[in-house]
Amino acid sequence: MDLFDIFHYGFVQRAMIAGVLIAAVSALLGLFLVLRRFSLIGDGLAHTTFGSVAVVLLIGISPLYVTLAALPLVMVSSLAIYKLTSSRKINADAAIGIVSSLGIAAGIILASLSGGFNVDLFSYLFGNILTVNNSELLLSFIVFLIVVAVVIYFYDDLFAVTFDQELAQSMGIKTGRVNVILFLLTAVAAVLAMKVAGIMLVSALLILPALTALQLSLSFRTTMIAAVGFAVGAVLCGIVFAFLLNLPAGAMIVMFNICFLFFVFAAKKLSHLRR
Amino acid sequence: MPIIRVDDLTFRYNGLDVISNVTFEVEKGIYLGIVGPNGSGKSTLIKNILGILRPEQGRVELFGESISHFRKWEKIGYLPQRLGALNTHFPGTVAEIVQMGLPKKDPVTLRRTLEMMAIGHLASRLIGELSYGEQQRAMLARALMRRPDLLIFDEPTTALDPETREIFYSLTREMSRTDGTTVILVTHDIGVIGQYAQNLLYLDKKVIFSGTFKDFCTSPDMTGFFGPISQHLICHQHDQSRSNG
Repeated sequence: MDLFDIFHYGFVQRAMIAGVLIAAVSALLGLFLVLRRFSLIGDGLAHTTFGSVAVVLLIGISPLYVTLAALPLVMVSSLAIYKLTSSRKINADAAIGIVSSLGIAAGIILASLSGGFNVDLFSYLFGNILTVNNSELLLSFIVFLIVVAVVIYFYDDLFAVTFDQELAQSMGIKTGRVNVILFLLTAVAAVLAMKVAGIMLVSALLILPALTALQLSLSFRTTMIAAVGFAVGAVLCGIVFAFLLNLPAGAMIVMFNICFLFFVFAAKKLSHLRR
Repeated sequence: MPIIRVDDLTFRYNGLDVISNVTFEVEKGIYLGIVGPNGSGKSTLIKNILGILRPEQGRVELFGESISHFRKWEKIGYLPQRLGALNTHFPGTVAEIVQMGLPKKDPVTLRRTLEMMAIGHLASRLIGELSYGEQQRAMLARALMRRPDLLIFDEPTTALDPETREIFYSLTREMSRTDGTTVILVTHDIGVIGQYAQNLLYLDKKVIFSGTFKDFCTSPDMTGFFGPISQHLICHQHDQSRSNG
């Protein structure tokens, strides 16, 4: 098959557009999360997504709308992580652990109680970007527009809160509002990223592009742009190679993200050695 | 109208009083030193004044407004104590950090402020790549950048070399004297306070002393608290500074 033939398939076009939009959103939010030491929130929310999907399937919502229907519970879980950490009595990693375990345990119990679902709940563990439907594509586009608009509008506030929350408060920034927005958008990104990479690999989409961009030692704005660039590149390469080699797209996307990270890391080390 | 009014402020953490029943006022143009031993509640008091922490009891007013209604944050420049916790991977340049929160970027003021702190050549460097002392200078530049009406510094000079320390103290004293900027300085170094501050607040969970240096130096209670030698040294440095200034 010719490389360009694959772009004629409707499902590949949908996968690429949705993948690019979701990867860009994840990379943008991921930079703020990584810098605030919330890297593993993607994992936590992905596990909660597992429980939420089980609830959605148990109450009989069509599998076509599972992504949309799982959103409210994941958003509540994200806010729970924020509330637990903002009390300053529980660290971020512990709060993520609590919510994550609850999500997985609830999912397993519900799956067991229902005696199994028509749709294989465990297929969500590995995701499949090539099965993105039109409603999910539309949702990805809307979420992309919202996240880009929020990042542009709240850029100064997000920058200050990420640098130092107390300093931001002393500047009159409503840090609580900024945090709630960031955590809610992260929940939406995690649910969408589940479609791309599966529950097991959601956090990779949030963490890896940001980490790769941070190796370049650029200014904040340029780091954001670089993170989005790496994320989009990994999605496009991942989908193409997954299709050509008949391999799972989600895992291939993550592997390309890791390759970019190692490549940039090695290039940085080499340039330091030459100095 | 006082710039800061703190009335009967109490803050508890895990049921324990960190500061209790603190009351004082700071008038415009005053250079106030806040001193006290470790764990005496100095930083907690500052965070309550700035609305970062919420007190269990009492009231804080800034520029005549209750802290809950205060919105003119551009009038305040604050340097927190915590630079050790700075994320060294943060991809912000010195210029980005120093201009953080400013509605309009002003390259001329930026360059002047950075040069004043002797870090003009570091404007495009990432903050995480700098030494601790350079980071502290960048944070001082950030606090001074807007020429605010009220400057609050929490242990500002711990990482600075003696030359930069002197520049910092002279500059803030000059701002207090000529521009009427109110300065609040939290420090362990009571000798420094003696040289620069007009008023002193000694805190040890509650206010032990609040007033002018003259009152402090003539107070028999403070002689009893500090001992005559320490009190004399502090007051001597203050007097010397006045006659030099």
